[in-house]
Amino acid sequence: MNWEMSKIVRTVTDIMVVPIIVYGIYLIVHGHLTPGGGFQGGAVIASSTALLIIAYGSFRDHKADLSSIESIGLTLFIILALLGLFLGATMFHNYSAGTGGLFGGTVPQGINPGYINTGGTVPLMNIMVGLEVAAALSLILLMMGKASDSVEVEA
Amino acid sequence: MRKLVAFLAIMIIFAFLVITAVELRGDDGGFGEPVNTEMDEYFLENSQSHNQVNNIVTAILFDYRGLDTLGEATVLFAAVSGVLTVLRKMKPVKRGGKR
Amino acid sequence: MNQWVIALPFITVALLISLGLYTILFKRNLIKMIMGLAIIQNGVNLFLVSLAYREGYAAPIWTSAPGEDMVLPTSHALTLTSIVIGLATTALMLSFVIMLKKHKGSVDSFKNRRCRE
Repeated sequence: MNWEMSKIVRTVTDIMVVPIIVYGIYLIVHGHLTPGGGFQGGAVIASSTALLIIAYGSFRDHKADLSSIESIGLTLFIILALLGLFLGATMFHNYSAGTGGLFGGTVPQGINPGYINTGGTVPLMNIMVGLEVAAALSLILLMMGKASDSVEVEA
Repeated sequence: MRKLVAFLAIMIIFAFLVITAVELRGDDGGFGEPVNTEMDEYFLENSQSHNQVNNIVTAILFDYRGLDTLGEATVLFAAVSGVLTVLRKMKPVKRGGKR
Repeated sequence: MNQWVIALPFITVALLISLGLYTILFKRNLIKMIMGLAIIQNGVNLFLVSLAYREGYAAPIWTSAPGEDMVLPTSHALTLTSIVIGLATTALMLSFVIMLKKHKGSVDSFKNRRCRE
């Protein structure tokens, strides 16, 4: 890709990328309390990649890094599911809910203001799926942006 | 003629779908009145005590129907692998000095 | 008359699915056909979400909920799965179209009919 947008667009992109990524991380981490979760937060983080590609046009080749992040996310997700099989009863069993420790608090029944240290394996799975989806969508955008340069377009 | 027949077929499908949508009300449970809700009531009652999670949709995604989510993540992985394989050898086109 | 007004979301679903079928059958551009598939997929998602609706009930999230009555949560979870799968398949189809454009020079489905040569 060999275009680049104006300096105004690039400066605004530099400023706006940080809040977009922070909002995506907020959506992922609060997935068990508020509307949101791994898929939505990952899509928001991938939209920052789209913004960077549109504004700058040229980019370094991050294909290997993004593939590694995606594979690591999926592998850790499957390992968490298998931990439910070995430590609990069935696959995807929530073995660490309410046992103390990381994300192991108990939630009051009924309507409550929401506590972040609850949920057992659900927030961890949210983080893994968020990693996978963000890397996967960024990779799709990157490959399509590179491939659009290799096709002749009629004027 | 062929296009006319296909258009009529689409109109017949559309009429069938609309009639089905309107006739769904009543004992079958139409819009706003779902019937067979035992499974969802179970999730609504027990997801807080089983999973300690406030968001019931997340509890269903990652605990009760976790295999669905695993298959879905695998589909996303396979699709990205397919995109990488298809677009792997795309070399940039030489634009003859116009740009 | 009343039940026609109440069933409006389902009628919208029927309209979306019919529009998608029309686009797939009558357009020759491959990208427009993929757009038709995406329209059908959005119609199905709207159908799943509107199946879960109960009048006057809140979203199925206990954090600061306005009341104890909640809509059905399973359809929402299935819709999330469906959205991501649709996105993945659409990206794969679009990359196939990019490859076809590079090798055959056209996105017309009639001109790309024969697969050898």
